[in-house]
Amino acid sequence: MSLPAYATPSEKFAYYGLRVFVGLVLLFLISPILAIMPLSFNSDMFFSYPMPGFSLRWYEDFFFNPRWQSALWLSGILAILTTILSTTLGTLAALGLARGNLPFRATIMAVLISPMIVPIIISALGMFFFYAKLNLLGTLPGLVLAHTALATPFVVITVTATLSSFDRTLMRAGESLGASPSTVFFRVVMPLILPGMISGALFAFGTSFDEVIAVIFIAGPEQRTLPRQMFSGIREQISPTITAAATVLIILSTLMLVTVELLRRRSERLRGIRS
Amino acid sequence: MKKFLTVLGAGVLATSALTGVARAGDELTITSWGGAYQDSQREAYYKPYIAAGNKITEAEYNGEVAKIKAMVEANAITWDVIDVDSATALQGCAEGALEVIDWAKLGVDKAKMLGADVSDCSVPTIVFGTVFGYDTSKLKDGPTTIADLFDLTKFPGKRGLQKNPTVNLEWALIADGVPAADVYKVLGTPEGVDRAFKKLDTIKKDVIWWEAGAQAPQLLADGQVVMTSAWNGRLQTPIDKDGKPFKIVWDHQALDWDLWAIAKGTPKMDEAYRFIAFASGAVPQAEQTKYIAYGPANADAIPNVNPKVLPSLPTAPDNLKTAWNLDTQFWADNGDQLKERFNAWLSQ
Amino acid sequence: MTSVPINSDNIMRAADGTPLKQKLAQAQRQAQLKALALIAPLFLFIVISFLVPIASMLVNAFYDPDVHNEMPQTVAAIATWDGKELPDEAVFAAFAADMKAAHKAKTSAQIGKRLNYEVPTLKSKVTVTARKLDKVEAGPWKEAVIGIDPVWGDPETWAVIKRATSSYTSFYLLNVVDLKQTADGKVVSVEDNRKIYRDILFRTLGISFMVTLLTLIMGFPVAYLLATVPQRTASILMILVLLPFWTSLLVRTTAWSILLQDGGVVSQLLHISGITWLLNALGLISGEPQLFKTRFATVLAMVHIQLPFTLLPIYSVMKTISPTYMRAARSLGAKPAYAYWRVYVPQTLPGVAAGCLLTFILCLGYYITPALVGGPADNMISGFIDIAMTQENNWGKASALGAVLLTATMILYYVYNKLIGIDRMKLG
Repeated sequence: MSLPAYATPSEKFAYYGLRVFVGLVLLFLISPILAIMPLSFNSDMFFSYPMPGFSLRWYEDFFFNPRWQSALWLSGILAILTTILSTTLGTLAALGLARGNLPFRATIMAVLISPMIVPIIISALGMFFFYAKLNLLGTLPGLVLAHTALATPFVVITVTATLSSFDRTLMRAGESLGASPSTVFFRVVMPLILPGMISGALFAFGTSFDEVIAVIFIAGPEQRTLPRQMFSGIREQISPTITAAATVLIILSTLMLVTVELLRRRSERLRGIRS
Repeated sequence: MKKFLTVLGAGVLATSALTGVARAGDELTITSWGGAYQDSQREAYYKPYIAAGNKITEAEYNGEVAKIKAMVEANAITWDVIDVDSATALQGCAEGALEVIDWAKLGVDKAKMLGADVSDCSVPTIVFGTVFGYDTSKLKDGPTTIADLFDLTKFPGKRGLQKNPTVNLEWALIADGVPAADVYKVLGTPEGVDRAFKKLDTIKKDVIWWEAGAQAPQLLADGQVVMTSAWNGRLQTPIDKDGKPFKIVWDHQALDWDLWAIAKGTPKMDEAYRFIAFASGAVPQAEQTKYIAYGPANADAIPNVNPKVLPSLPTAPDNLKTAWNLDTQFWADNGDQLKERFNAWLSQ
Repeated sequence: MTSVPINSDNIMRAADGTPLKQKLAQAQRQAQLKALALIAPLFLFIVISFLVPIASMLVNAFYDPDVHNEMPQTVAAIATWDGKELPDEAVFAAFAADMKAAHKAKTSAQIGKRLNYEVPTLKSKVTVTARKLDKVEAGPWKEAVIGIDPVWGDPETWAVIKRATSSYTSFYLLNVVDLKQTADGKVVSVEDNRKIYRDILFRTLGISFMVTLLTLIMGFPVAYLLATVPQRTASILMILVLLPFWTSLLVRTTAWSILLQDGGVVSQLLHISGITWLLNALGLISGEPQLFKTRFATVLAMVHIQLPFTLLPIYSVMKTISPTYMRAARSLGAKPAYAYWRVYVPQTLPGVAAGCLLTFILCLGYYITPALVGGPADNMISGFIDIAMTQENNWGKASALGAVLLTATMILYYVYNKLIGIDRMKLG
C-alpha cells in the first residue's frame, strides 16, 4: 500500500499519521526490552543512564553464583521434562481431535484448553491441594506434572492448527499402499506436522521456563527455579544480576522466536501454502 | 511411539525416585527471615552445625503464620524448623500448627532461657527491637520521637513501614498521644482501632511498605524513603559493616522475641530438636552477636557478648527508656481480624 | 456401473452382505473410538489433575465442617433451639463439654477463628472460655459459661454458633460480595471499613477493560499497517510485535519495574523531555512523578504484555480482507474515511472480538504484574486470593473469591467459544 500520486491532503495525513503512530507503538513494545539489556553491563548498582562504566560482573554473578546457577539448572530440567511430556500428550490429543465428526468436540477442546484460561492463582491453589494429597509437593515430578497441565494447551493449539490444513488423503494413500498405522504416522504425518509440534514444544518450554506462581505454591524451599529467584528478587530487593538474567532470557526467547518463524515458513512451504 | 513412552515413563520414575530420596534424607529445612539476620544465623549456627556433619536447607519467609498453617493442614511439611516471632509462636501453638516443646527431650535448661515462657511451642533465640531510622547525610536534624515519624510537616517525604498492622497500629496510637502503657487497652476497643487507622491515614500516601526485613535498610540506602521502620539489627549491620550513615531512633521501640519452633508432625522431629538444642547453646549464641546486634536469649551467653555491640543492643539501658513489650497474647487473639482490616485499608 | 450390489430390498450392501449404512456407521464408530483413545490420556490428565482439584478446592467456599466436627455435642443439643431466647441448660452443658475437649485437643482456636469471622473478638473469647472451663468441674453450666464472658449471654452469639454448626455456609460467598447474614437470617451489607470486595471486583473489571481498550486502540492501527504493507516489510515489523510476545512475562515485568523506579530511566526521560517540568508547572504533581507502584505502572505494563494478544487475531482477520471491497466503495463515490469506517472496519470485527475477548479474559486473572509494579491499591482479585490464602489463612475466603473470579472467567470463555471457537485460537 503505497500512497497514490492523486492522494488528497487528508489521505496524506492519514498515511503518515498511521506510520508515525505505528512506529510509536512498536517503540513502546520493544523499548523496555532493549532498555534493560545495556543496564546489565552497568558497573554500578543503579538502574539509570548514563552508566558510569562497563562491567560483566552481573553476568559473572548470574553464571557462577551457586544460587543462580542451580536455579538455571532446575528450570532447565523442569522445562525439558515438561516439554517432552506435554508435547507427547498434546500431539496425541490433537491427532485425535483432527479425526472428523467427533462427538462433543467443542466441549473436549474447551476442557483441554482450560488450563490456559483459568487464572493461574486458582490453578496453583487447586494443584497445591491435589499434590499435597499425593505427597508430591516439593518434588520434581509434582512440578513437572503441574507445568505439563499448564503447557499442553499451547501444544494442542499449535498442532491442531497445523493439522487443520493437513491433507488426510495422504494418510489414506499411505495406508492403501500397505503401510502400518505407525509407519504412516512416522513417515507421513510426523514430517508434515513436525513444525507445529516443535512450535508447540517451544511454547511448552517457554511456559514452564517462565512460570512462577504454581512453583511458589508447589515447589519446596530448596527448589528455587529461575523465575522464582527473579520474582523474590524484584519483590524484595532488585539486584542488578536480575538484569543479566533478563538479558539472557531475552536472547533465549529471540532464538526461540526465530526458530518458530522459520518452522512456520517451512511448514507453509511443505503444505503448499503460498503467502 | 510405545518405546518412546516407556523410556519417558522410566525417566520420570527415575527422577521421582531420586528426588524422593533427597526429600526423605536427613536434610533439615530451617526457615528464617532472610537478609542480615539469616546471615548472622548462618555464621553462628548453620556453618558450625554443618561442619559437625549435618545437612541443612535454608528457606526464607516474612513471618506469615498462614504459610505454616497451610503447610501443616495440607500435611505437606517443607519447613521443619521455623524462626518465629512471639505472636506467631502463640497463634501457631493455639491453632495446632506447631509442636509443643518437650524441654526434657531438648536437653536445654529452661530456667536459663529468657523468654522461655512466651509459648509452649517455642524456644527463644534472640530479643530484638522494632525501631525506626534515618539517613544522617540527608536529614541533619533528624526525627527523635515516634510522633516525628507521623509528622509530615516537620519531616516531609516518604517513609518505610512494614506491611503488617503489628507495631504500626501501636505507634500510631502513641504518636496520637496514647501513653504506651494504655496502648493495648485502647487498641482493644473498636474506637481505638479506628483511631489508629485514622492516624495511619494521615501518612498513608507517603508510605512505602516493605515486606522482607532486608528491604527496610535497602529503601533507606537507595534514598527511596527519608526514614523507615526496621528491626534494629537490620539497621545496625549496614552501619557497622558498610559504614552507612544511618541513625536509629530508639524512642518507643517495640521489644519482641525471635523463637525457634517446629512444624507440627514433621518427619524430622529428632533432627529438629537436635538443631534447636545446638542453636540454644551459650557459645553459638554469643558468637551471633558478632554479626548482628540482637540480645541472646541464653543467659549464659550474655557475659560473652561482643562488647562492641552492647550499646546497640535493644536491651541496653539507654535504649530501654521508652521501650514497650509487644503484647503477643493480644496479637495472637486479634491478629487475624486486624490483618484483614489492615489489608482492606491498604487497598482502599 | 453395476459394481454396487443392490438386492431386491433396495439396500446397498458391502461385500460381506451387511448393509452399507451399517458398515459405514461401524467404521465411523471405530474411527471415533480411535480418536477418543488418542485424546483420552490428556483429557483424563487435565480432568483429574487440574479440573477436579480446582472444583474440590472451590467447595471450601461453602463447605466448612470445622465447627461441626469440633463441637459434636453442641451440634446435637442446639438443633432444637428456637433461636429466640437464650438456649437452655442442656445446650450450655453440651457447649461446656465440647469446650473442655477442644481445650485438651488444642482445637479451641480453630473454632474461635471460624466464629471470629462473623463476630470479631469471639476468637479470644472462645480460647479463654475453653481454658477457664477446663478447670470447672460441675454445673450449672449456664451460669458458669456466662460468668466467664457475658458474650455467651447474648442470643446473637448462639445464633452465630447455630449457623456455624452446619457444615454448609453461605458466609464466605456473602463475605466476598460485602454482605453478611444477621442473627435473624437477613442478608445485609457489612460495615463500611470491611467493605472492599465489591470495589476489588469492579477494580479488576475496570483495569481489565482499560487495558483491553488501550490494546485495541494501539493494536488496531498496527495490525492494519502490517496487513497492508508488502510481505517483506510486514515480516520485519512482525518480529517487533512477536519478540515481546515471546519474552518471558517475568522479564517484561522486571524490565518495567526497573525502568519505572524512582530516578529510573522513564523518570529521567520525563525529566529531560521537560514533561516533569510541565506537570509541575500545571500543578498536577510536585517534584518527581511517582511512577513505580502506581495504577499507571500497572496498566502500562499490562498493556505491554497484552498488546500482541489483541493485535494478532485482528491481523489474521485483516489479512483475509480483500482490497476489492474498499476499491468498490471508493469507485461508488465513498470518501476514504467513510469507506474505511463502513466497509473495512465491519469486516475486521470478528478479529477485534477475538482479540479483545482473549485479552479481557487473561487480564481478569493477572497477579504477578500488579503485585510487582503496582501498589497495594492496585491489587486485583488474584492478589486478594493470595492474601486470603497466605496471609490471612482463610481458605474459605480464598475459595469464595476464586469462585467469583472463575465464574466471571468461565462466562467469558463460554462466550468466546460460542462466538469465535477455540480451535480458531492461534499463537504467533
